[in-house]
Amino acid sequence: MLYIKCPHCGMRSQNEFSYGGDASVKRPELNKEVSDQDWDNFVYNRKSLRGKHWELWQHISGCRQWIKVERDTATHEIFKTLKADEEISL
Amino acid sequence: MQKYSIFNLVKNAFSNHQNWDLAWKDPTPKKEYDVVIIGGGGHGLATAYYLAKEHNITNVAIIEKGWIGGGNVGRNTTIIRSNYMHDDNALFSEFGMDLWRKMSQDLNYNVMFSPRGIINLAHSDAQMNVYARRGNSMRLNGIDAVLLNREQVREIIPMADFSENVRFPIFGGLMQPSAGTARHDAVAWGYARQADSMGVDIIQNCEVIGFDVSGGKINGVRTSRGNIKAKKIGLCVAGSTNILAEKLNMTLPIETHLLQACVSEPVKPVLDGVVTFGAGHFYISQSDKGEMVMGGDLDGYNSYAQRGNLPTLQHVLTEGIAMMPFLSKLKMLRTWGGIMDMSMDGSPIIDKTHIEGLYLNCGWCYGGFKATPASGWTFAHTIAQDRVHELNSGYSLNRFNTGHLLDEKGLGTKTWIS
Repeated sequence: MLYIKCPHCGMRSQNEFSYGGDASVKRPELNKEVSDQDWDNFVYNRKSLRGKHWELWQHISGCRQWIKVERDTATHEIFKTLKADEEISL
Repeated sequence: MQKYSIFNLVKNAFSNHQNWDLAWKDPTPKKEYDVVIIGGGGHGLATAYYLAKEHNITNVAIIEKGWIGGGNVGRNTTIIRSNYMHDDNALFSEFGMDLWRKMSQDLNYNVMFSPRGIINLAHSDAQMNVYARRGNSMRLNGIDAVLLNREQVREIIPMADFSENVRFPIFGGLMQPSAGTARHDAVAWGYARQADSMGVDIIQNCEVIGFDVSGGKINGVRTSRGNIKAKKIGLCVAGSTNILAEKLNMTLPIETHLLQACVSEPVKPVLDGVVTFGAGHFYISQSDKGEMVMGGDLDGYNSYAQRGNLPTLQHVLTEGIAMMPFLSKLKMLRTWGGIMDMSMDGSPIIDKTHIEGLYLNCGWCYGGFKATPASGWTFAHTIAQDRVHELNSGYSLNRFNTGHLLDEKGLGTKTWIS
């Protein structure tokens, strides 16, 4: 069982959360020329790191906020959690 | 190589079975090969076998970080089927079914292929319509499909829940009678033994550290057992694809996720073929030893852990008990997890890459085991001829760029949703 510290609600079990994928992926800017490669990288291509990985989770059975979680994909250790609008420092 | 036969079995009995040949050798890596296959799992071993058998390329090495057959080919639920609707998936899988039927004879190794059928249960009229459509598509592609009503399903699996007041009543199901199961380890060992006998070097405990690429062309691979030159390199590393892709500066439409499976204590024969729950994601069969073999959803987040987490297992088994209530009385014997190369449309990739001489085989999601022979056969063709075969033309890497996705389940890019 993972325990995730929601920045709004505190430490909660994994059962209350739903996964949202890689948080480092950024949508290409609107109103700008976007190449097919940029869209590919946004929609499909993923690094899927082994080790520390910033990812989105939604506290679906709690405050329903999206949050960012830094988790090790090999050990499942969770290092840090941030609110959705806080920037990741990679 | 010593043939496995009743004659040799009797002959070796006189020496207490102490003098059998080794099934495969343990060679030291040579300096150079025509083809190096990275990954000694089912797909890698099958690729090497078909390179030698179909294309006469025998100066081949398989390099494997651990031991052969120690990854997903040794930890799956052994289901073999071709009940796909889309042409690319259906024709590829049905080609594989043919290889499965001949495999034990072809490899001179009993893989215990047991075509006892698979039933996908339907729990609503709408789902029956969807299954009728899929069944028709399958039959148009020459695959056997039978639409069963509630009573026909009851005859085959009377232990399923047919009571009146259930949340997901059984309306019927779609059956592929020619689907089945096989002994997974035997598949890896059978391919390894034959590939070895034709001159393929199987190099275990050999980890890839990096690649030699110059001028857009692959020249070799750097390993923990020295540098190996190669004209062509094929990647067959399933859940570790992204780790090797990073060494090649490639980013792929793949995420690595954890999938769990489990077996119960052995019980007397109760279930003949494979059954899947239609209102969730759960599948079950009974092994020859009597254990109920079960699996379902991914754990739901990126993972390289190769071990599972209880909430998912509980969720999956809840579905199982909804479908077959007697399962609640069974004790669980073993659970385990493996890492899946989840592609962004649920279909695999067998293709060339932008690097000359580098070939990619990945993205098998939940369905890698059944694809083993067809994947090895088409990948061997792609490597040997330096062009894709018609059968794997739909499994291209650039389909994500051109929009020709093969989304059999219609789930989109959220690989953790099932």
